[in-house]
Amino acid sequence: MNISLDRRQFIKLIAATGAIAQTACSRPPPETILPYVHMPERMLPGAPEYYATAFVQHGYAIGVLIESNMGRPIKIEGNPHHPASRGATNTFAQASILQLWDPDRSRSVRRDGIVSTWSEWLSAISSISVEAQKNRGAGLRILTGNITSPTLLAQLQQLKIQFPNLHWHTYEPLHNDNASAGATLAFGKPLDVIYRIERANVIVTLDADFLSHGPAATIYAREFAARRRPDHAAGMNRVYALECSPGLLGTVADHRIPLSPAELERAAWQLAELIEGNTINDAPNWLQQIALDLNRHRGESLIIAGPRLPPSLHALAHSLNERLNNSQHTIQYIAPVVPPQNASLQELVSAMSDGGVDTLFILNNNAVYQAPAALEFSAALKHVRCSIHAGFYVDETARQCQWHVPLAHTYEQWSDARAYDGTATIVQPLIAPLYGGTSPHEILNRLLGNESRSAYDTVRAYWRSLRSENFDAFWQSVLQRGVIADSAFPSQTVVARPVEKSRALNDASLTAIFAADPAVDDGEYSNNGWLQELPRPLSAMTWDNAALMSVATARRYNVNNGDIVELQHNGRRLQTPVWIVPGHADRAITLPLGYGRWAAGNSGNGVGFNAYALRPVDSSWFIDGIQLRKLGTRYSFALTQTQTDSADRKPVLHATLTELRAQPEFVRIDTEKNSGAGSLYPEYSYDNYKWGMTIDLSACIGCNACTIACQAENNIPVVGKNEVARGRHMHWIRVDHYFEGSKEDESAQKNPTVLYQPVPCMHCERAPCEEVCPVGATMHDSEGLNVQVYNRCVGTRFCSNNCPYKVRRFNFLQYADRERESLKAQRNPEVTVRQRGVMEKCTYCLQRITRGRIEAEKRGTPLRDGEIVTACQAVCPTQAIAFGNLNDGDSAVARAQHSSRNYTLLEELNTKPRTTYLAKISNPNASISAQLSKPEPRDA
Amino acid sequence: MPQVFSLRRVLLIKLGSLVLLIVVAATLVVMHWQMQYPNAVGAPVRQPIPFSHKHHVGDDGIDCRYCHTSVERGSSAGLPSTQICLSCHSQLFSDANIFNPLFSSMQSNRSVVWTRVHDLPDFVYFDHSIHVAKGVACVECHGRIDQMPLTWRVASLDMQWCLDCHRAPQPHLHAANEIFAMPPPAVSNGEQLSGFYHLRSRQRLTDCSTCHR
Repeated sequence: MNISLDRRQFIKLIAATGAIAQTACSRPPPETILPYVHMPERMLPGAPEYYATAFVQHGYAIGVLIESNMGRPIKIEGNPHHPASRGATNTFAQASILQLWDPDRSRSVRRDGIVSTWSEWLSAISSISVEAQKNRGAGLRILTGNITSPTLLAQLQQLKIQFPNLHWHTYEPLHNDNASAGATLAFGKPLDVIYRIERANVIVTLDADFLSHGPAATIYAREFAARRRPDHAAGMNRVYALECSPGLLGTVADHRIPLSPAELERAAWQLAELIEGNTINDAPNWLQQIALDLNRHRGESLIIAGPRLPPSLHALAHSLNERLNNSQHTIQYIAPVVPPQNASLQELVSAMSDGGVDTLFILNNNAVYQAPAALEFSAALKHVRCSIHAGFYVDETARQCQWHVPLAHTYEQWSDARAYDGTATIVQPLIAPLYGGTSPHEILNRLLGNESRSAYDTVRAYWRSLRSENFDAFWQSVLQRGVIADSAFPSQTVVARPVEKSRALNDASLTAIFAADPAVDDGEYSNNGWLQELPRPLSAMTWDNAALMSVATARRYNVNNGDIVELQHNGRRLQTPVWIVPGHADRAITLPLGYGRWAAGNSGNGVGFNAYALRPVDSSWFIDGIQLRKLGTRYSFALTQTQTDSADRKPVLHATLTELRAQPEFVRIDTEKNSGAGSLYPEYSYDNYKWGMTIDLSACIGCNACTIACQAENNIPVVGKNEVARGRHMHWIRVDHYFEGSKEDESAQKNPTVLYQPVPCMHCERAPCEEVCPVGATMHDSEGLNVQVYNRCVGTRFCSNNCPYKVRRFNFLQYADRERESLKAQRNPEVTVRQRGVMEKCTYCLQRITRGRIEAEKRGTPLRDGEIVTACQAVCPTQAIAFGNLNDGDSAVARAQHSSRNYTLLEELNTKPRTTYLAKISNPNASISAQLSKPEPRDA
Repeated sequence: MPQVFSLRRVLLIKLGSLVLLIVVAATLVVMHWQMQYPNAVGAPVRQPIPFSHKHHVGDDGIDCRYCHTSVERGSSAGLPSTQICLSCHSQLFSDANIFNPLFSSMQSNRSVVWTRVHDLPDFVYFDHSIHVAKGVACVECHGRIDQMPLTWRVASLDMQWCLDCHRAPQPHLHAANEIFAMPPPAVSNGEQLSGFYHLRSRQRLTDCSTCHR
């Protein structure tokens, strides 16, 4: 930077600086107190209250308890009673609270892009309703996403009866159509599948990352991880993951086999032959071993086909599960939770183009952005006389529609929704709509001619029609519990037909695979800063997506990380930077959806590239024959972790189950040489509590839910891409990933072992940070916590320099937004909002400890184990984190720290951390060599 | 050695130093003044309704908890809702003009806007309930509220003041049945009470994490 200052400018600058310094020390502003007019009963000012409701993603519910403090919803916790949660949630549910408070949300009705009024809108919809009554809904169409809400489905049903000519279309970019079609092939009718992961001893997945995607991912992760612990009564499970695109499951599976889609299809059919007992000469050894393993575990194995695979492979998986006697043991079938009989988006587009659509309601759907570009949805929309968009944001679709009506957020309205197994939950509001906003129920009511019927009355009336007896007691109990008892769909006994062998996928030199993005999903969460800044698994990339490819593919096209390439298919082009993921299948690239938006909001606009631009009209998941051309320009990413090679330091200790049995104390071998070092400092004594944490690396699946739960709980600010690129991200707990093996090792690059390690503050007994703070801003407290005192901190950053675990975060700038009212209201009032120039780090959720301690002191009994749950521990879908009192020998954390797998990170530094790890144990098949060689492509 | 500075120069330097001193002193004074609470210790605070604790507590003998309902259970003592005020004043003095804010609050369903008397910095997390549970009487922080026609602050509320008690709480402890008394009898058995209330160690009470998070 070139600064030139003359004398006058210099003096002006000095004067201004002085003036600013004067205003900096201002007295605290006079504050007011606003008591209630009518105090709610049993209200305790300042104490959090929890309400049971549901987080709805792609139509499916995950039961949550929302923490509300003085009427402000501030934090999401899982609902222990809900079958899709059992107390945990996924990253999206955690971030949904920020979406509620998003200042970019739509605030007013718009007509032709200009702010309009509710009354104008109401008269418009009533004339639409009158019109529809006359012509029985001719020319009237509705476009929605997945709907599981029983009340909304009933309303739509009524709408169809009242307006027989009406058409209802659904579109989900992350659709499950192939699975549905596969079930129809196998059973003659569409069915949903429920896996009993915990009962399965051997699991084979075909491009199915059931830990990341799908409405049951959270609970499947829990069941999966339960069987990854070597001390589980039923023993460890064994997982073979055949995958096209790297997902969480593949990284924690015992055997991961990266295959291009066509190779995977061939392998699946070969597996079927092998299970039948046929011999195939050219089948690779690992496939034969998988078949043997499956046959050894009949009735307790599981074959899972992923949503991207063609219907024939889903049908194959069903018939194999049938043949392996898994049906009704590890797999169950229920009626589809999302009713399948609606018209598609393609049909809507052709009707629109033909001028057959007079009025189109788009309810909570962003088709202009999310529809495949090849479908030309946006152009077809221009042929619609009256288009109406109802949604949270003035998004791409809202801008193309004649009317835009703001919807209330899920946490601001009454509704209901079903979970993956059909269990229904009443969605109840936590707060009155911040910006007005209506609900789909009310829009449909108006369309039906029930002018002013509220969503509340509609939902209640629906459930009253089912449970008329003692309805009020029923209503109260379901609101309190968050689950409607016995509403899960019954399991059906069905027999899968054998399937004809067919090939749906072609071998291609390069296949593009579309994928849900781990951070923004299908683009719905693009404007969510927490999610955008959440490091993507396996790349630690933030605020971006990239075309993901293997080392070999990158070499073939002579591209490197950050090179911009042009992808071309059927005349459509897309420019995107490249990111190399070791372990990606060769001859395939993964294109995460959900980026490149132009009307998402301040955070989401222009982030990443838009993969919908290449998606084919039928929204299929694979396109083969894609052409890749290197453009010669470069792109820079913001990563939170740049070193993925553990450089033989072994931060993550791991062993196989056999090795563990042979040598239960194997972690000592690595750590023995270091332990026993004394200290010159006096010992601390803890007569009361002594907090500690363990993280079970066998259970950790690297999902990042802990990172975002911590962000929500502890008011951690979002810093943006530029600051992340400077290494200034603020997460208090990060999930490190390592690709085992050196960078030069070919086979390790092809299919590396991936190791995850969540790293919060270690709360060292001999904390290096404490020794160097010149102002005593980081201290050891009498319960062993290493506390950071913000009001003492002067920002020397010595502590961060001296921290070997690099868990301290510094506010280089004023990151916390102190201006926007809605963001202020979102924050946890129990946690200080940090200023610029202050160091911060994990506190073990000090506010939760303090709350628990005060309650225990008041009742006069000591804290029980499990009474204090940290935010990361609460959210963890796999229960990998234990927290508690180390002085209590029976506490879960003390028992974990006495486990033979327990070890400390960088033990040689003698910092004596409070946070320890349980070594990762895997259960590989000894008959398969550690490094799997990929099969040569050939036709089976 | 010859004179380095001429007499004239020496005068200028002396005057210059004096000006510098005055500026520094003035800055310190201004800073100190700027950092004061909006309301000083002992200064009555103007309120929309001239509420008298002297009348309600001293004369009528109403218990603190009648209005400050959550003082034993929550971090905030709780300011009475309009409804609580009106439980008496819908009958008593209901025609007095001073109650206009109260009636308009009830009519418009909007809060009465009281001015805060005790305000702690945002990085301090004070909890009323634990202090009450551990035998710290109201009078210890709020003074003789039963003698205040308008409410004022008696404590500086700075960290030194907090620590004085956290380091040696014994003289400030009272029997459980005397916590809300105004004034409670003088304490003689602080040590005994400290054991009775299971007070934590001095180290625990003065840990940063006790009040800051």
